Amino acid sequence: MREKILSIIEKNSRIDIKDMAIMLGVPETEIANEIADMEKEKIICGYHTLINWDNTSNEKVTALIEVKVTPQRGLGFDKIAERMYNYPEVRAVYLMSGGFDFTVIIEEKTMKEVAQFVTERLAPLEAVRGTATHFILKKYKDHGTVLTEVSKDERMMVTP
Amino acid sequence: MRNPISNVAQEIQPSGIRKFFDIVSEMEDVISLGVGEPDFDTPWHVREEGIYSLEKGRTFYTSNAGLKELREEICRYQKRKLGIEYDSKNEVMVTVGGSEAIDLAIRAMINPGDEVLIPQPCFVSYVPCVMLAYGKPVTIELKEENEFRLTAEQLIDNITDKTKILVLPFPNNPTGAIMEKEDLEAIAKVCIEKDIYVLSDEIYSELTYKGGHYSIVQIEGMKERTVLINGFSKAYAMTGWRLGYALAPSFIMKQMIKIHQFAIMCAPTTSQYAAVEALRNGDEEVCQMCEAYNQRRRYLLNAFKEMNLECFEPFGAFYMFPSIKRFGMTSEEFAERLLREEKVAVVPGSAFGECGEGYLRISYAYSIDNLKVALGRIKKFIGRLDNE
Repeated sequence: MREKILSIIEKNSRIDIKDMAIMLGVPETEIANEIADMEKEKIICGYHTLINWDNTSNEKVTALIEVKVTPQRGLGFDKIAERMYNYPEVRAVYLMSGGFDFTVIIEEKTMKEVAQFVTERLAPLEAVRGTATHFILKKYKDHGTVLTEVSKDERMMVTP
Repeated sequence: MRNPISNVAQEIQPSGIRKFFDIVSEMEDVISLGVGEPDFDTPWHVREEGIYSLEKGRTFYTSNAGLKELREEICRYQKRKLGIEYDSKNEVMVTVGGSEAIDLAIRAMINPGDEVLIPQPCFVSYVPCVMLAYGKPVTIELKEENEFRLTAEQLIDNITDKTKILVLPFPNNPTGAIMEKEDLEAIAKVCIEKDIYVLSDEIYSELTYKGGHYSIVQIEGMKERTVLINGFSKAYAMTGWRLGYALAPSFIMKQMIKIHQFAIMCAPTTSQYAAVEALRNGDEEVCQMCEAYNQRRRYLLNAFKEMNLECFEPFGAFYMFPSIKRFGMTSEEFAERLLREEKVAVVPGSAFGECGEGYLRISYAYSIDNLKVALGRIKKFIGRLDNE
């Protein structure tokens, strides 16, 4: 049941609990309890909105930064991650396998601000050995949703 | 000038859906619940495989029966689903949609005057196919009180010494009815006793919402007398690829392939390559789509209950078949008024046989948001009728 609830609200967090109860064929209270429990257990971590900022007049710059670090004694990857993710402009931090250690995704108003963040905040961290900053030019698909096209029902109106 | 038209072609009635389609296509802002195909796109990995086959230049005929790999995958699939073994060399053929397979099976088995039992309401093509083969279609009226299942008594009542084939269209379009194991066992017993062959159209087999699909070929003694039809349209959302298949004993299959060889040659090659991929790696998507349909089914059923629109609970395909008898209108009148007044397109039940009169076919191959808007309009319409 949890998996079914999650797969529905992952796509539409605004759906009525009443509708969900009907769709899954269980009482409303059961859905409400499961959701409350999953919120407590931090399985559900929030109800955000997927916004395509490109369609607004709001200017935003998103950068993906590859970060190489040297973990120090008593200061593992988790501690280093914490020092990076506490900055509010950092949208995401992932520990990576492969050629570098962290992916840091940052969102700012201008390229200059991104540059400032990298040179003044990120690079000077003791553990950081190097960074490579990539700017995102265009978002085609985000969170499983295609942003670039409007889907249209191509089917004929009535068929056997 | 002589009349260029054959008597049998003249006799065939144009599909009742066609007429409705003409009205709809002249209107704007219509929300349709009238479609008999999935709203999902074909899974990308399947489409990609079709594209790849074109890039590779696989643009030639395949063997008449279909690609060897595809026939083998079909047999593996049926073994996986039903636990029944078919011989990929002699007992399977790939067709242009399930529709072609229906036509071939009937033409391969029917002599002039042979009777074919067709439970209605049902898909529109069985009766014309039988007529074109100079057979005699004998319709059996399925009853709502039996959840539109075929009973052994109804079957026995319609058997004569000319009866050769029983068509079993379950899960059913337009009612959404299914036949469960016990239902089929009773039917199988009669078929074996009376020596009747079965054409089992299982195109909606992946879309059932009560246990799994059960096929009549799983019953002892039935595989030998059944042509099983299935395809890719509904389960894999591949209607436009036009790809289906038939499984049958080799002595019937041989004749079907012969007709197919002269009339069609082979099913589209690109579609066949895509279908191999669908069968190899498509199970998970089929499951996800089935779950989505089931959620919509429950949603519609509940909405009908709330607006006091009587409807039995269907457990298959993606259709609801509510009764509109209490409004004192024919299905066609009801559907046409609903269309003109609220701009919602549904299909009158009478398009699927006379006994579909008094019902509507409502498809839930639409997103919940779409259904919600359409249901709002239907509710408004019914409210107005109740006050008239």
